[in-house]
Amino acid sequence: MSKPKLALYWAASCGGCEVAVLDISEKILDVAAFFDIVFWPCAMDFKYKDVEAMADGSIDLCLFNGAIRNSENEALAHLLRRKAKVLVAFGSCAMDGCIPGLGNLTTREAILETSYQDTPSTVNPQKIRPMPEYAAPEGELDIPKLYESVRTLAQVVPVEYFIPGCPPQPTQILAVMSAIMQGAALPPAGSVIGAGEKTCCEECGRPRQEKHLKRLYRVWEIEPKPDECLLDQGIICMGPATRSGCGGLCVKANMPCRGCYGAAPNVIDQGVKMISALGSAIDAQEPAEIDAILDQIADPAGTFYRFSVPSSMLYRKQTSA
Amino acid sequence: METNNKRFEPRIVGFLCNWCSYTGADLAGTSRMKSAPNLRIVRLMCSGRVDPSFILRAFQLGADGVLVGGCHPGDCHYQEGNYKALRRVLLLKRVLRQFGIDERRLRLEWISAAEGEKFAKVSNDFTEEVRALGPLALETSALETKTEGMETEEVAA
Repeated sequence: MSKPKLALYWAASCGGCEVAVLDISEKILDVAAFFDIVFWPCAMDFKYKDVEAMADGSIDLCLFNGAIRNSENEALAHLLRRKAKVLVAFGSCAMDGCIPGLGNLTTREAILETSYQDTPSTVNPQKIRPMPEYAAPEGELDIPKLYESVRTLAQVVPVEYFIPGCPPQPTQILAVMSAIMQGAALPPAGSVIGAGEKTCCEECGRPRQEKHLKRLYRVWEIEPKPDECLLDQGIICMGPATRSGCGGLCVKANMPCRGCYGAAPNVIDQGVKMISALGSAIDAQEPAEIDAILDQIADPAGTFYRFSVPSSMLYRKQTSA
Repeated sequence: METNNKRFEPRIVGFLCNWCSYTGADLAGTSRMKSAPNLRIVRLMCSGRVDPSFILRAFQLGADGVLVGGCHPGDCHYQEGNYKALRRVLLLKRVLRQFGIDERRLRLEWISAAEGEKFAKVSNDFTEEVRALGPLALETSALETKTEGMETEEVAA
């Protein structure tokens, strides 16, 4: 009997998801023994044409990390969707857009302007920008085209499962891979796997009190007490709006949850849920006093939607509203 | 000038609390005051029940403006639900700004059960304000596929 086929791909991502897969340590050998790895650009030498030559539906499992923000990302999303029986949005970028998704709070033009002109270390008097196509003497050259917006994988092609996290925790990856290798029944399509069913607060363990916030702090402005809810101390911790599953790593290191595991179960929009929670927790009644406290949040959208601008209800900065 | 039948008619969703603002709207009706028909009212027990996700959902589903109505400060039937609404609206407005949505599309008003006249004035004023702002058609990921699909095929070919 031939081995089940596994593909791993990275689109707009940092490579952390790839490292997380390798962080299952020696168990990666079990994965390599159980599966026939047919495509994994980060670790093994395969070409896109190898994938194109495969029969449709011939890949049993594809773990796809990274968001979709250029034409290459999108072409590979369609290609791997065609070739894979089960397509998994692996990690926060593929699931929610993650850090690349913050690009949706600006425009493509502004991003290019910053990258190729405005940064202090850039010297570009001729205002040269990357050209999608170039006619070289040796022939036509092209590079992927950058899109206006960053999209999640599921906004481009249908996806069976979602594994959250920036990156997904190796213990969770291992649990998912072990279950598959032991032949466990697959959950219904659309499920979030490799994560918990509560909020990050459930894994935190710090005692919580009724919140009366008069002052909000950025992490560098205060030394947090290790045995008290960070939000109670005025540090914006995304725990209440975020799905459990990471084991509370950040809060255990005395840092607030940034929200990488995405919206908590049954929450449709992580950022707005945090706005709701913070609205309850702030202790002020006069608009001027409230505004003075809110001024202490340097970047509200970037804080509440750090990992989920593309998958949020608003999706991107509106350019015509 | 625009004629009446070509005029943009904004869709406005109003989340009104049961005890004050909705009763105020009711008073405006029973007193036969004229108010703009653009406001679609959703009655809730308290403005503190208005989760900000309701507001975004309204915008997402085609509302051009959202009105949140609660009891005057100090008058909340549940002590401080209206203060929660106030803090949430103030914070959400900041986020809307960053998402490129004019914050005037979201309005919070205190309307008591006795203020039928204020309700009528608020709904008329807000309707005109949103009318002037024009329609809000949120850009979605589906739009992206439509405009950029061509490039994809080109690359896949």
